[in-house]
Amino acid sequence: MPTVSVGRDRLYGALGETYTQEDFEKLCFEFGIELDDVTTEKAIIRKERHLEGEAEDEDEEVIYKIEVAANRYDLLCLEGIARALRIFIGKEEIPVFKVTDVPHKSMLKMHVKPETALIRPFVVCAVLRGITFDEARYNSFIDLQDKLHQNICRKRTLVAIGTHDLDTIQGPFSYEALAPPEINFVPLKQVKSFRADELLELYRSDMKLKRFLHIIENSPVYPVIYDNDRTVLSLPPIINGAHSAITLETKNVFIECTATDLTKANIVLNTMVTMFSEYCEKKFEVEPVEVLYSDGRSCIYPDLTVSNMEVSLADITGPIGISLEASEVVPLLNKMQLQAEKSSTADGKCNIIVSVPPTRSDILHARDVMEDVAIAYGFNNIPKSKPKCMTMGGRQPLNRFSDKIRAEVSRAGYMEVLTWVLCSHEENFAMLKRKDDGDKAVIIANPRSSDFEIVRTSLMSCLLKTVKHNIDHPRPIKIFEVGDVVILDAARDVGAANNRQLAALYCNVASGFEVLRKFGIPDPCSYVEIDIQALL
Amino acid sequence: MAAEKAILEFLKEGDEIPDSQLFAASVGIDHTELENVIKSLRGFEIIETQDIKKESFVLTDEGKLYAVEGSPEVQFFLAVPPEGITRDDLKKKLGDNIFNIGLSWAMKNKWVEIKKQLVSRKVENVEDKVKDLLKKIEDGEVVDKKEDIDALKKRKLITLQMWKAYSLRKGTKYAPERKKAATDLTREHLQRGDWKDLEFKEYNLSAQGQPIQVGYLQPLLEVREEIQNIFLQMGFEEMPTNNFVESSFWNFDALFQPQQHPARDSHDTFFLKVPAATRQLPEDYVERVKRVHESGGYGSKGYGYDWKREEADKNLLRTHTTAVSTRMLYMLAQQKSFRPKKYFSIDRVFRNEAVDRTHLAEFHQIEGLICDHGLTLADLLGVLEDFFTRLGMSKLRFKPAYNPYTEPSMEVFSYHEGLKKWVEVGNSGMFRPEMLLPMGLPEDVNVIAWGLSLERPTMILYGIDNIRDLFGPKVDFNLIKNNPICRLGLL
Repeated sequence: MPTVSVGRDRLYGALGETYTQEDFEKLCFEFGIELDDVTTEKAIIRKERHLEGEAEDEDEEVIYKIEVAANRYDLLCLEGIARALRIFIGKEEIPVFKVTDVPHKSMLKMHVKPETALIRPFVVCAVLRGITFDEARYNSFIDLQDKLHQNICRKRTLVAIGTHDLDTIQGPFSYEALAPPEINFVPLKQVKSFRADELLELYRSDMKLKRFLHIIENSPVYPVIYDNDRTVLSLPPIINGAHSAITLETKNVFIECTATDLTKANIVLNTMVTMFSEYCEKKFEVEPVEVLYSDGRSCIYPDLTVSNMEVSLADITGPIGISLEASEVVPLLNKMQLQAEKSSTADGKCNIIVSVPPTRSDILHARDVMEDVAIAYGFNNIPKSKPKCMTMGGRQPLNRFSDKIRAEVSRAGYMEVLTWVLCSHEENFAMLKRKDDGDKAVIIANPRSSDFEIVRTSLMSCLLKTVKHNIDHPRPIKIFEVGDVVILDAARDVGAANNRQLAALYCNVASGFEVLRKFGIPDPCSYVEIDIQALL
Repeated sequence: MAAEKAILEFLKEGDEIPDSQLFAASVGIDHTELENVIKSLRGFEIIETQDIKKESFVLTDEGKLYAVEGSPEVQFFLAVPPEGITRDDLKKKLGDNIFNIGLSWAMKNKWVEIKKQLVSRKVENVEDKVKDLLKKIEDGEVVDKKEDIDALKKRKLITLQMWKAYSLRKGTKYAPERKKAATDLTREHLQRGDWKDLEFKEYNLSAQGQPIQVGYLQPLLEVREEIQNIFLQMGFEEMPTNNFVESSFWNFDALFQPQQHPARDSHDTFFLKVPAATRQLPEDYVERVKRVHESGGYGSKGYGYDWKREEADKNLLRTHTTAVSTRMLYMLAQQKSFRPKKYFSIDRVFRNEAVDRTHLAEFHQIEGLICDHGLTLADLLGVLEDFFTRLGMSKLRFKPAYNPYTEPSMEVFSYHEGLKKWVEVGNSGMFRPEMLLPMGLPEDVNVIAWGLSLERPTMILYGIDNIRDLFGPKVDFNLIKNNPICRLGLL
């Protein structure tokens, strides 16, 4: 779940009310976000640098770290959280977003070259006119782009956002894909011009940017956006040009989102403009940009249309398990930023027409509407009921059988252990003097460490590791485990199958078969392992 | 035994043994041995004793030597022949030590004289009084003259020793022969009938018992068993979860989890090199799943992206047991007529996470679900209340949450009396129509489900703060041995 850091005082300012932390936590709990941590800017820096013991400054700004649902991109900034809560507590009406009526001739244009299809085929754009930044708003604007890049944009692979001071550039713009040596510009935070391929070399040592290079570095062409004077706006998804960088004084912002996924590009663009048009001269108004493809297709963005969803009242209240009138459901939906009105069908059933705003890309189905009603009603206010169906309980025979074996072996004086099925290749084979014929073990493709290389094909190494960690325990050591191993099996749909095994190990100063120095066990051990699944 | 017999025999006739030391000497038993018997008899009140403190002289090592070989002065005297001997020759004959001491005392006694290095006798015969005195003391005889004793003491040939002795009389339970107290009642006692006359040794209730050889079950699995019992009481049927290897399709796609979802990242999921891809999937169902992801249907908008079969084919270690629930629901949907079901499982799931105090790469997931016509969110709340109350958590709160395959989704919080705060104890929700309808389940069938890990509540229950102390090869055997009986579900 993403976490958003917001200044507490600024948040309360935006909410028009000061809360105690307890009351604010309660509000978050009801709405479905969570106050994860309370800290300060300096405390965060101290933590990052592992500094301790420095006295906290009384007047440091308190920061709330708020955890929000992963599909609520509209809650990834202070503006969105404050707006959603204001509407939730009935302090604000649902905003109506408007695309400015611009004559087609004077509308800004973005021309898309066909080569972009080779690397990053989509671009969507919009303009925020007459915006007023201050330091806090500006930082929030930058942070929101970061959060979107991290989450829905999947670390810029699916979508990358570029924002520019429109007064420094000249439309129409063009979105192209060129061979790296053909691209030359001064990137952000640099003073001299770089060739695109040299620039990527430079960023190889950049802690933040090096993580994105893989998206384009092996492509014969890099995506690039130019203005009418061939000024580079950006080299998506890596870096913007220095020329068009926005500042606190920027009044008009040009936003472009390049993407491999058009649906997500639209969600990202809509999130940016619906959040920050709040600070525009004409509040909640966004200027459109026409995107023209070389084959003649053209689209106008942003698409801020409100989509209507007609849901029957029974489909909302039924699955919740409460009975409400349409007149009661409508205000609940309004609390969740959904405009709604009652309508009746010809057969006398009651329907509700729900208007889904561009900020609520998470609403896919009537079920999502139902959930919003349930949240607004309060999960904890719903009277509990019991499912009526009559069913019989029962165990899996193999599991019940395993439990009986476990009971028998423990009655014989053995101690049960429980170990991990993941292990290193060496533990499962070489250390047991067993050869890997390659036809038995499941192999992990992306292990974090050698401890997770394969899935065990026998319980032996697991029991030996357990003895090793208890090497000082008084003898005799008598342990057992009933557990699954996994063996490649061409007869199964996935190509592998579990098998239930019993293993028991006896370790004493004398009377055993073998001494296992590789496992760090100096005493002889006797060991037996059998397939109990076959005995079922 | 001889010592005990001697004491008891003596007291049968005699009134008192006035001095145990003397008694020991008279019957020829070491006093230390006698003393042990005295203490034991006293413990059973067979005799009464009084302590006597006695002083006596004993020979020092030097004294013992002279008692045998004679005093140095006499040795010195006897070594001087009537014609005399040079000092050096005499020294050679006697050794430095005897020569020096002997010379000094022989001169003092005026037995010898030295002229021009020649030692000669002054008297004909001498008496070894020192040797005689030492022999007397060694034999325990009394030496009357105080000046003799003082002289020997001064020469460090004797030393005073404190002796402890006892005077002994009959005790209240005196008998000429001691009966041995029985430690246990045996079959022979009953058969012989001598149990009536037996004295039994009292139980020592503070003694430690003998260790017994027993086996033990793993604490985490003991908790698992109790939770299984709760599900069984509630009419739930266990699902077959013995398939750790799963395809992305059953683990993610069938659950309407989009292919770009962060959980499908290699940072979170163990993908497999061998077997890398699944061999077969139900093709018509796959087609319906693909459609619902790409463009929706069943009343949904879908996610609007290009769904890729290769992604769905990728094998992995299941990240949740919901992959099994999904297979079970799909199988249920293929039945001719729908029957309601309650399913549960507690088994392993895998996450490609860094291992620390609270995270392991594998852990156990507890999952419960109910599938029936017209189930509601209110039913879910009611079932969660039933389930968690049986686990000892009756104070619950529910928080809206997000999960790609449930809508609504609720986090379950329980008030922990010990920690004095609300703690998250599980996740729950109603499966999305986009997940259920492509399977072919009837439109009015809902599924309510919840899940939690087995490890976390167990750690809270037993106050364990490092998950590796509970599960895995590093668990201490003593934890398994000493863990209390699991009382979950006994409330």
